[in-house]
Amino acid sequence: MTSTTQTASKGKSLDRKRLSAELSFWAFVTPAIAGLVLFMAIPMVWGFLLSLSRAQNTIHFGHFIGLRNYTDLLSDPDFLNSLWTIFVFTLFIVPTTFLFSLWLAIAVHNIPRGKAFFRTVFFIPTAVSYAAASLIARMSFFSGQSNGFANHIIGLFGLAPIQWIGTASPPWYWLVLVSVRLWLQVGFYMIIFLAALQQIPRSLYEAAALDGASGGFTVFRYITLPQLRAATVSVLLLNLIAAFQAFDEFYNILGGSGSSSGNIGLARPPLVYIYNVALSSQDFGRGAAGGFIITFIIVAFTLVQGRLFGFGSAKEGR
Amino acid sequence: MHARTMGQKLQLALRYAVLSALAIVFLIPFYLIVRNALMTDAQITSPHWQWFPLHPVWSNFHELFADKTAFMWVGLRNSAFIATTTLVLQMLFASMAGYALARIPSRASRTVFGSVLLTLMIPGAVTFVPTFALMAWVGGVNTLWGVIAPGLFSAFSIFLFRQFYLGFPSEIEEAGMMDGLGYAGIYWRLVLPNSKAVLMSLGVLAFVGTWNTFLWPLVVGQNPSSWTVQIVLSTFLTGQTIQLHELFAAALVAVLPLVVVFLFMQRYIVEGITFSGGKE
Repeated sequence: MTSTTQTASKGKSLDRKRLSAELSFWAFVTPAIAGLVLFMAIPMVWGFLLSLSRAQNTIHFGHFIGLRNYTDLLSDPDFLNSLWTIFVFTLFIVPTTFLFSLWLAIAVHNIPRGKAFFRTVFFIPTAVSYAAASLIARMSFFSGQSNGFANHIIGLFGLAPIQWIGTASPPWYWLVLVSVRLWLQVGFYMIIFLAALQQIPRSLYEAAALDGASGGFTVFRYITLPQLRAATVSVLLLNLIAAFQAFDEFYNILGGSGSSSGNIGLARPPLVYIYNVALSSQDFGRGAAGGFIITFIIVAFTLVQGRLFGFGSAKEGR
Repeated sequence: MHARTMGQKLQLALRYAVLSALAIVFLIPFYLIVRNALMTDAQITSPHWQWFPLHPVWSNFHELFADKTAFMWVGLRNSAFIATTTLVLQMLFASMAGYALARIPSRASRTVFGSVLLTLMIPGAVTFVPTFALMAWVGGVNTLWGVIAPGLFSAFSIFLFRQFYLGFPSEIEEAGMMDGLGYAGIYWRLVLPNSKAVLMSLGVLAFVGTWNTFLWPLVVGQNPSSWTVQIVLSTFLTGQTIQLHELFAAALVAVLPLVVVFLFMQRYIVEGITFSGGKE
């Protein structure tokens, strides 16, 4: 008799405990989840409906036109050009960033003195915004005037000033765009590699030395590189996703001043195209459709990269 | 340590040489900002390159802040307010959610976490147009809260806090339970004070990211009253006439606070990047 009442009350208190945990859980997650619903889920749905609507000068959907926005975009040479532009940019920036930051990490990791100094110097550009870096590149470092820094330096060797940004051929503006992004981000990825390098157990290298693997490259190829797999995947993935969404430096370096459109016609990435279509031409339907096309491409590339290198999970790391 | 052979010494010397040369190249843009910010327009554009401003023109800064068309004060104030608000609220919301996902038993836990992971994969490219539509609908265009609001919620921060709290020592919570604290009390009095390092690391990254972000403030803050310092810089570039000395003074003012933050908080920033980079 007593035992049954005991279990009953115990069950009740357990129920109450569960209920209070459940309530607390929701109280804790609601602010964040509500925000994600508001600024992620709802825009996704709204954007999808917009992309199927004729939404010129209106932010409301409803005038259903099927896939017209998508087919219009994919037959617009400007948009196709923007896809081509970003494709070339990504194809170039991802491997260079990867190799450069990996090399920096290994070089900084393996010097006996001055590690902290070099790490700080290569890392500090990460503090600078794309807008500020574009400004320095455009108005000073790669300024087309003879008083620009790069032109001054090549002038010391008797070379004539180069229009780094303003000419279509040779396309020096690519050098400018790539340098800016490399300067801003290699330090960041170097940090990820440095952290991974520090976690490689010394015993692995000692074992390799015992086995007679002496040459630097052999050790690198068979010990260092496999141990950096997770960091590599992470760096490539972050880098790829960021590159496809490049906007700031293209807008600020190639963009025009006043009413002129500047040099953006040389290399207009998809996000600048979408920005112009949605914010300047006020065609929100087309802008939204462009966003979905870019996302589709990013997802496709991520999956391909995942196939090639794995997604860096613990299981695949072995 | 064994003695280095001649070849190894040479290799090391070469490595130092290359690293030093690169370090100089990496520092040149900073040098250029400072040099130009302290010169007159005539000195900047002079065909005779002058390596250092012999008579630094400090009045450039005075001129910049006095220039009514530059909106430098407005930009700085907005950026400071936006970045600080984002830092505090994003950390609060994300740590609460991360803690709950890791430690408070609920039937919905898996579903909620799955949804967070799903939003993690949504790129900004697809949301900025419809989020602008949403903002236009609720009257958030050209307001500071319109610039701030979407940045307060980060799926990535929630994910990282969850990972952090999964490894949080349970003794601390048990002690709190003994003292009769509920989940709110445990979180506020015991968990948060013991998460200082991770709050700092992710907080600084949130601050830096928000200070430097460009596309969203450009899209939603078209009126100068809601410009951030990045938009002010960009406007200098795209304006009709360009005042070089003011432009570089503005760049220096915009970049300096973050360089200081980086130098002093480097340890936390590096920890934050390592923590998040390894988790991707």
